[in-house]
Amino acid sequence: MLALLHRDLLLAARRPADALGPLVFFALVACLFPLAIGPDPALLAVLGPGVIWVAALLAMLLSQYRLFEADLADGSLEQAVLAPGGALAVVAAKTLTHWLSTGAPLVVAAPLLALQYDLAPTATGVLALALLIGTPALSLLGAFGAALTLGLRGHVLLALIVLPLCVPTLIFGSGATTAAQQGLAAGPQLSLLGAALLVSLVTLPWATAAALRLAVE
Amino acid sequence: MAHRERGDLDGRAATDAPDAPDAPRRALRVERLGCARGGRWLFRDLSFELHAGQALALRGPNGSGKSSLLRQLAGLLPREHGVVEGAAPADLAYLAHQNGLSLDLSARENLALATRIGGRDLSPAALEAALEEVGLRQAAATPARRLSQGQRRRLALARVRASARPLWLLDEPTAALDGDGEQVFARLLTAHLEAGGLAVVATHQALALPLPRCIALTLGPASSRPDPGIAPAPAASPMEFAP
Repeated sequence: MLALLHRDLLLAARRPADALGPLVFFALVACLFPLAIGPDPALLAVLGPGVIWVAALLAMLLSQYRLFEADLADGSLEQAVLAPGGALAVVAAKTLTHWLSTGAPLVVAAPLLALQYDLAPTATGVLALALLIGTPALSLLGAFGAALTLGLRGHVLLALIVLPLCVPTLIFGSGATTAAQQGLAAGPQLSLLGAALLVSLVTLPWATAAALRLAVE
Repeated sequence: MAHRERGDLDGRAATDAPDAPDAPRRALRVERLGCARGGRWLFRDLSFELHAGQALALRGPNGSGKSSLLRQLAGLLPREHGVVEGAAPADLAYLAHQNGLSLDLSARENLALATRIGGRDLSPAALEAALEEVGLRQAAATPARRLSQGQRRRLALARVRASARPLWLLDEPTAALDGDGEQVFARLLTAHLEAGGLAVVATHQALALPLPRCIALTLGPASSRPDPGIAPAPAASPMEFAP
């Protein structure tokens, strides 16, 4: 598992464009909305949390469809599945690497983008916290979709499978931020977001590992 | 186990002594194995037994199920028909058509990480020796992307060798190898068998091995009941199934 993680991190470091792409996409989408909507601070503050969350969700998905693809093509996926850790270790290493290279930069960048939407400081803090809890769940969901659609051509199916599953994360994540923006307590929403992460964590890796084993058959 | 202790892979494979205590008891047993792909039998009722120090040369025309048999033995394909004994995942090293190399990593990184993922740590010296053995010392720092197909195959063979697993499952191991590469492979395989290892090799080439070490199994597309007859492979015939 550690060796797999080492390899995946090394590979991610060799291909910085793969990690940079989603971040740039995230920033661009979040910047385009204020330009399109116009300089109305009240409106932007209302839209802000939702827009940033949708942009983060799409950025995570965008980067994830080829999570296992290169490894399947070059044969290292089946070698890793045969290794002592098995498919579950592959899923853990890949998901963690994906979150570190894609999700974590989004968490860091989000407060900067929140400035454009005139979010209150507490709301900005809650936004970052919610993304910190929510993006790992998105990584897990994306890995599940990527494993299910592995070997298929076209990636629309991945979006169709994963997007509906992302809805709870999206609702609680942007809900927490909106609540903080309106001066309400964000605790309940954040707790539900944490629950969504935990449910993902205890169910999805096993399903993803099973899908991977099918993919290398 | 008939394999080198952790870290002392020494690059002189041919001198390894067959001294492992439990090696003679190690065997691969396959009973009435069948494989159905796409609604038809590739082979069925396939039985054979392979003992320590023996290699099985798996022959047959394209599409006769050689790769599927290897994948079943490796546990990548389900073995619902029949019984396989002695092929636990921790005991085998599988070399597929693809080499299993990450193209963005150098030859040395690929070998080191693949071996660690397989649960075994190589010392830096052992790593260099393993690369030297397959003639890749000069290319150790080259990204796999820039290695030739033959060099990638050599690197994949080095991985199999460094895994120190008793059962090798090799799918066309000499594909893309030049004459020297084939000799390197023959040396690796001989050393492996002399040390009490087992190997199942799907190949069109004759394995250059002494007769008692090598048994042959031919899978055929026409016969639903493949001939499990154990016949010694010809010592050095050219491609058997070339027209």
